[in-house]
Amino acid sequence: MLTRPERCWTLTEDDILALEIGAAILGTGGGGNPYIGKLRARQALRDGHKLRVVSLQALPDDAKVVSLGGIGAPLVSFERIKEGREGLRCVRALEERLGFKADAIACEEIGGQNAMEPLIVASLAGIPVVDCDGMGRAFPEMQMSTYSIYGHRSTPSVMCDPHGNVVIFDHAISEKWHERMARACVIAQGGASTLASAPMSGAFLKRFAVPNSYTRAVALGRAVMEARRNHADPIAAICEMEQGKLIHTGKIVDLKRHLRGGFVTGEAIIEGFDAYQGETGSVLIQNENLVFKRDGQVEVVVPDLIIILDIDGGEAITTEMLRYGQRVAVLAVPCHPLLRTSEALEVIGPRGFGFDDIVYRPFGADVVRNQRAGDE
Amino acid sequence: MYRLGIDVGGTNTDAVIIRDREVLAGVKAATTEDVTSGVLEALEQVLDKAGVDRAKISNVMIGTTHFTNAVIERRHISPVAAIRLGLPATACLPPMVDWPDDLRKATGDLGYMVTGGYEFDGRPIAALDEDELDRIADDIREKKVKAAAITSVFSPINRDMEVAACERLQRKIPDLSVVLSSDIGRIGLLERESAAIMNASLLALSEHTVDAFARALKTTGLQCPFYITQNDGTLMDAETVKRFPVLTFASGPTNSMRGAAFLTGIKNGVVVDIGGTTTDVGALQQGFPRQAATVVDIGGVRTNFRMPDVFSVGLGGGSLVQQNRDGMVKVGPQSVGYRIAQEALVFGGATLTATDIAVALGDAEVGDVAKAERIDRAVAEAARAEMTRMLEAAVERSRISPEPVPVIAVGGGSILMPSKLGELEVLRPDHFSVANAVGAAIAQISGEIDRIYALDNGLSREECLRQAQEEATRNAVRAGANIDTIEVIEREDVPLAYLPGNATRIHVKVVGEMGGVNAH
Repeated sequence: MLTRPERCWTLTEDDILALEIGAAILGTGGGGNPYIGKLRARQALRDGHKLRVVSLQALPDDAKVVSLGGIGAPLVSFERIKEGREGLRCVRALEERLGFKADAIACEEIGGQNAMEPLIVASLAGIPVVDCDGMGRAFPEMQMSTYSIYGHRSTPSVMCDPHGNVVIFDHAISEKWHERMARACVIAQGGASTLASAPMSGAFLKRFAVPNSYTRAVALGRAVMEARRNHADPIAAICEMEQGKLIHTGKIVDLKRHLRGGFVTGEAIIEGFDAYQGETGSVLIQNENLVFKRDGQVEVVVPDLIIILDIDGGEAITTEMLRYGQRVAVLAVPCHPLLRTSEALEVIGPRGFGFDDIVYRPFGADVVRNQRAGDE
Repeated sequence: MYRLGIDVGGTNTDAVIIRDREVLAGVKAATTEDVTSGVLEALEQVLDKAGVDRAKISNVMIGTTHFTNAVIERRHISPVAAIRLGLPATACLPPMVDWPDDLRKATGDLGYMVTGGYEFDGRPIAALDEDELDRIADDIREKKVKAAAITSVFSPINRDMEVAACERLQRKIPDLSVVLSSDIGRIGLLERESAAIMNASLLALSEHTVDAFARALKTTGLQCPFYITQNDGTLMDAETVKRFPVLTFASGPTNSMRGAAFLTGIKNGVVVDIGGTTTDVGALQQGFPRQAATVVDIGGVRTNFRMPDVFSVGLGGGSLVQQNRDGMVKVGPQSVGYRIAQEALVFGGATLTATDIAVALGDAEVGDVAKAERIDRAVAEAARAEMTRMLEAAVERSRISPEPVPVIAVGGGSILMPSKLGELEVLRPDHFSVANAVGAAIAQISGEIDRIYALDNGLSREECLRQAQEEATRNAVRAGANIDTIEVIEREDVPLAYLPGNATRIHVKVVGEMGGVNAH
């Protein structure tokens, strides 16, 4: 049993609070705010369910793991809150369709709301969630996970809504087609649904999942909570935890937003102050923060993480929460090496987002190298 | 011309008269149970002291913490039927799910969920269950609940079902007061719903309070218009306050912080406003209260109002000091409030309050000092240590840099404030005890526009923003603002995803000084 105590750790209410903070930061502006998910996870705990996390190492190679998450517009999910058992219906329908029993649930993206959903569904199903995810941050589209990039075919998949509708995608000829069809179906289902993908093996996840996602997000949240308690700088604490760097501080003086292919895209212009007085930063967004420029020169590019925080409390600000006049700090954090291979950059590099004229240059490559050298 | 600012706190009612940048007179009177006589007293005193002809008062601005205090103290709150239209969606998190238990109990803990609500694109989630609404109406009537808050999913986009549900309920209960969430807030169901429920729980109190203000002004012979300050430091008229008391939430802190900046000329620091019931702490940035970046906690409830980032502690001059069985001394959050002049020991009462402690330890000289001498010394020391700990924690939480910023202590309860707080210097400006009233007197007028523009009709984004800003400015000027002082404080355009016609919601808010008086 994967839920044996020596194989997994059990989250407390305090861990959920930390996860809410950590996941919001790793959302890099997208993925939505995990607040609603936190309330549901807490409710599950209080109802006597256990929120258990199993490490990748403890996962048997032949384990069958279903990855799952919300799909749709974050704005919709704060307004039309879930019925509550959508995710469980997805898993049950998938099991029935394929004739198997899920051993664990995996997370699609640890950034934002989707950090909570797998945890809640796993607890309702009585199985653990695996300490990994497919992005190590948040991305706007399903094919942008390491699972898909490294060869997992995510269909057959199941998508459920609060009404009780169950849609099975029997076969998609590509991951992009799956995304395209799912997106069309989400709109019919009211703009926010839950989707569970075809099961993956433990062996596959060990090679191609971004590891330790829950451990990392909870630790990140704890560092912020700790810094706030000690009146230390939470932004410095985040940089330290994530080998990141503060790259700009300033005030938002303009926000341009428009729709492109169903996504809100745009640019936030941040006039620098303090050490960045006289410099104008700008962040290009498409659900997530994608490109950081200083005085028009590109400095940091997706898939590296560009994080916008409230300068005082270190609270993550999602792209839809950005406002004129906000005082913000911009952080850059190097992404996981699995996101930097040529096959990954094809999908989640600047070209994957339509920035054909921008070349990806790894941020803080020396930092990552040092860290890995230290590991060996 | 002269401006008269009044601040009605839980304990004291303060009043000031200001001409340009000069505070001519400031007075304090006790807040009374009926509100009116306390306000009357303050008005008469301040007019007397300034020696100003009543006809020359051009405007009266009132700041009140009445409604915030009611929620924090869980007092004068009426039970509310919280009705949500949205099933089968939203079932997993019922109304008030993230509220503290005692507040939920104070509002009657009556949550109802009904089928209905809208999808983002305007389709109904489900038909509105009118039979269920009738059953709810019967239940409400049986429980003798007088107010309801109705929240439908996506009502900021389409409010028809909220309106229909309201009509259905009022057909059965004609005198039921109903608040629709679409009148209160933005998209974000739980926050909007919570604000609507709190608003409904305060309707009886707000009707009563605003009428009391009007009576007091009339009795004093003031003919000029009166305004009440809202949470962003700008003014609204009396009728609006009756319907939307929640919009005054945190106006007290805004006023005291703007007043503290005005009185000291300090633009960056921490303001600690100690009243009779609570202490509010917030940071000043460039002379303005720092705004909360995201959501704001009121009495333990998350809301999405835009307001200053202020932290409230249940500590004030009237806070109850209690020693429990194992010897621990607790201060607040209960308070004798406006009854301090009768109930505190030094005023001949029988209740041990924070003020008694300050007197017993020689930090203040009010009332009958002999009465405080009977207080057990160890209890007094423990209580003072507890108060200092509470103040230190609150200031630390509001501090925005490790630099030693000045702490400005204002409010009548600032006798509880030590002269240094850790390494930080504490300042008390002239008129410190009436800073809130000063802040109210210098409050600004706002103009707002919140509309959906279709960018397809040959209009550019810039053109729409310009039009919106002009219209907001016109609104502010019409309401009394000086056009030369107009400043944009909010400018937001958010495309509505998935909707045809490139519809964009534009929200612009401008503020200006009232009648050409420059507050800075």
